[in-house]
Amino acid sequence: MNRQIWAITVLGVFAQMLSVPGSIKAQTEVLDYGIQEVGEINRLIRQGWADYEIRPSVAATEGEWVRRVYLDILGRVPSVNELHEFTKDRSAEKRKALVTKLLYDEEYTEQYANNWTTIWTNVLIGRSGGTEQNSLINRPGMQKYLRDSLARNKYYNEMVYELVTATGSNTPGTSDFNGAVNFMTMKLEEKAAQATAKTSRIFLGLQVQCTQCHNHPFNEWKQQKFWEMNAFFRQTRALRRFEPGTRNVTHVELVNESFQGEGLTKNADKADIYYELRNGITKVAYPVFVDGQTINPSGYIEDVIRRDELGKLMMDSRYLDKMLVNRMWAHFMGYGFTKPIDDMGPHNPATNPELLDYLGQQIRRRNFDLKQLISWIALSEPYALSSISNSSNESLDDPLLGEIPKFSRFYMRQMRAEELYESLVTATRAHEGRGSYEEQEELKSRWLGQFVVAFGNDEGEETTSFNGTIPQALMLFNGDLVKKATSSEKGSFLSDLADSQLNNTQKINYLFEAAFARKPNMNEVRVANQLLAARKGDLTAALQDIWWAVLNSNEFILNH
Amino acid sequence: MSGSTPKGMSRRHFMSHLTGASAMTMPALAMGNTLLANADDLKRRRKSAILLWMGGGPSTMDIWDLKPGAPTGGPFRPIATSGDVQISEHMPLMAKQMHNMAIVRSMSTREADHGRGRYYMHTGYVPNPNIEHPSYGAVLSHQLNHQRPELEIPPFVTVGGGSVGPGFLGMAWAPFSVNSNGQVRNLQMGLEDQRLYQRMYALDLIESGFINQRRGSAASDHQKILKKTLNLMTSSQMDAFKVASEPEDVKERYGNTNFGRGCLMARRLVEQGVPFIEVGLGGWDNHQNIHATLRDTKLPELDQAMSALVEDLEQRGLLEDTAIVWMGEFSRTPRINGNAGRDHWARSWSVVVGGGGINGGIAVGETNSDGTRVETEPYTSQDVMASVCKALGISLQTTFTSQNGRPMKIANSGKVIKELFS
Repeated sequence: MNRQIWAITVLGVFAQMLSVPGSIKAQTEVLDYGIQEVGEINRLIRQGWADYEIRPSVAATEGEWVRRVYLDILGRVPSVNELHEFTKDRSAEKRKALVTKLLYDEEYTEQYANNWTTIWTNVLIGRSGGTEQNSLINRPGMQKYLRDSLARNKYYNEMVYELVTATGSNTPGTSDFNGAVNFMTMKLEEKAAQATAKTSRIFLGLQVQCTQCHNHPFNEWKQQKFWEMNAFFRQTRALRRFEPGTRNVTHVELVNESFQGEGLTKNADKADIYYELRNGITKVAYPVFVDGQTINPSGYIEDVIRRDELGKLMMDSRYLDKMLVNRMWAHFMGYGFTKPIDDMGPHNPATNPELLDYLGQQIRRRNFDLKQLISWIALSEPYALSSISNSSNESLDDPLLGEIPKFSRFYMRQMRAEELYESLVTATRAHEGRGSYEEQEELKSRWLGQFVVAFGNDEGEETTSFNGTIPQALMLFNGDLVKKATSSEKGSFLSDLADSQLNNTQKINYLFEAAFARKPNMNEVRVANQLLAARKGDLTAALQDIWWAVLNSNEFILNH
Repeated sequence: MSGSTPKGMSRRHFMSHLTGASAMTMPALAMGNTLLANADDLKRRRKSAILLWMGGGPSTMDIWDLKPGAPTGGPFRPIATSGDVQISEHMPLMAKQMHNMAIVRSMSTREADHGRGRYYMHTGYVPNPNIEHPSYGAVLSHQLNHQRPELEIPPFVTVGGGSVGPGFLGMAWAPFSVNSNGQVRNLQMGLEDQRLYQRMYALDLIESGFINQRRGSAASDHQKILKKTLNLMTSSQMDAFKVASEPEDVKERYGNTNFGRGCLMARRLVEQGVPFIEVGLGGWDNHQNIHATLRDTKLPELDQAMSALVEDLEQRGLLEDTAIVWMGEFSRTPRINGNAGRDHWARSWSVVVGGGGINGGIAVGETNSDGTRVETEPYTSQDVMASVCKALGISLQTTFTSQNGRPMKIANSGKVIKELFS
């Protein structure tokens, strides 16, 4: 959280509300903001609607769009102040101005980096990576690397190269620290099977894990390919380093070491590995990239560092740009061009191959600048559509019904647990008095821990119960986080709101805008007034009831 | 809202009004005739199922189908049991319960990846990007729920594991996940009832307003979960989770382990009327040093708890109405690898079933001398599910309609393993 936006006193914020125009109008005209890629997204998506003969949903309201943009770029809902700043703006290109502000204004750099660090950390090492005892992963180390990289908008391909080729210590504060190593430190067991599988899957969208043991029944990946890819990781080792004279692990170091090969006659000049076919026949493999390119087969690090070669080959691979586009598109739009997004092999054709290919080429042309890609998608027409369906697209464009996504409306999805946490913090200013980034992360990850279930197998799989289940509902009904957010103690968010100069209607408006980015409707105003009567004039208590109901609603938890 | 709740109105009663007032849409599924409950159905003894889920994929040839002397056999010896089968020497307590259980030794499946195998063994379908299939727990609790109208807690409970979700049946049939000490977080609100009702009234109004805007199933599913959550908060049936209140000797019999407490909780939940409970025991992904791990930790924990559960259910007269399934996502290679471990293997392996009228004390099917092949008719996840359905009195003609309109037969057209019932 950036604290500057809170520099204005809460009473100041409330006072500003008095001058805000009443209704938030939907934007109707479609703009490309002079950005070629935005125009092309709009054209190709519209082409799809025409082909399927569906009519898109109407445009989302301004409030809905602003809420989305803050959630998807910064990982939290907008504050009331931020909402008003946008709705008051009458300029034609104010949406472009807002996206640009969230991406490039120094004021938001930290929040941007923190949000995407959370997202990438979960992709690279999972929600539980580094949280277990004796883990070879240092989670703060992973996060530090990502935050530093994202804060200065390091090009994505450079990040991938660094993650794939990293050497050094995993722990901040130790010599030779390189947080990027944490991606791989826990993936080297059992002949680096996980390093092979996860690197292919996360960055190239190629699912090879099944082919470790057999040719895949559905995709074109053969067992041979898995082991050829695997051969790139066989010079890599994760070594525990100890405090001198003790058994206390201080950090883990990722190193490249010469590899002798697995043959009976160790021959590092041509370091071979072996795997077994299901019929028991043993075969040999050397490093070969997915497209068939080979490298010097020597296992000596003086001759060739195999991961460095892999990194270079990956940078040139079209799979790299397409996977990135697919991941980012899915982040903003709710669905990618393939399902699952990280299974993009030839057996699983993309739903809009032309657009995927185009965006992949463009982002490659723009040096893999993540912020540009985000701008294109966030400013596109489909991203600005309502989540309310119409008679034309209700069933024809519902991916939950097995239809392929046509992006003729905004697909609702639940906030991630981290987004809910940050949104509650934003909406209630609970960050004030919070500690450093590391301390905040510690608090957040302790809270998140209640929702994470690790399966404890060799694929490092995990699941979350933060997916619309009863435990999640119980947490929002009764949990500490919500108790705090709805506290009526002196100096709390609600008590300050109650004491402000706003009239009661404005106070109720404030709560609805803080949570939903809209004002309450007539029914909601009526029920709020009834609660006020029921609390016999105890304004803070009535606000508590309203705020509790608002935070527990579908409209709050769903990015809509 | 008048500012107060009418006198004598219970929370549950109040909630049912809320639900009636909101536009609740029927889930998109067509139910077979099993759900058309009549009075006889309700009088019938209610059926339950317990899945003992062995996450990671246990080596069944070291537990249920030993190959002593074969090069793949490993060091464990078989022992005689109370049934007409032999099992591992490290399962001495289960050996005394095998008259209640059957081993299906000719399982042969295709999924040897953890995620895919877990999905397949839990649903009977291979993963398909266009549809999420409901897990057996969701399907069975959905089918059996009508037998217990008094049930206030979720009908599908998973203890100490992840399970697989409800797929197209909707979040209302999602597993309720608890840890083995049975403590459910955030149960208490600490508000007086009247104020809680008023909050719920306001919440329901906001919630329904959003649903009525044609926002789709994500919005309406949320409301169903809210109702279930309130039910749970106010139910005395939550006591079923409190394993700590069991007598010391019972707790000791199940073992002082998470899995032991989970099995004990499963029995308590069956008594309370919960139709489907999954208890997870992980740690079977033994790529290294497998036999020491099995001998010293995994098998003692399993043996203690599983035998206690079977014995306890039998003694309480619950076993004939409770089907038990023991399985993982797959098994492990007959060949022992260079790290003294076994890798993933789905082609020939065993699951164990019992209760619900299933014949005990038998082994169905055979593997060859080194365990690398099944020699008799191969069985699948679907066949196990079909057999469980038979044990629970659920028609195999029961059909669900997925949201995209495709009809899906329960157990994916699996066939009943007939030796289990003849």
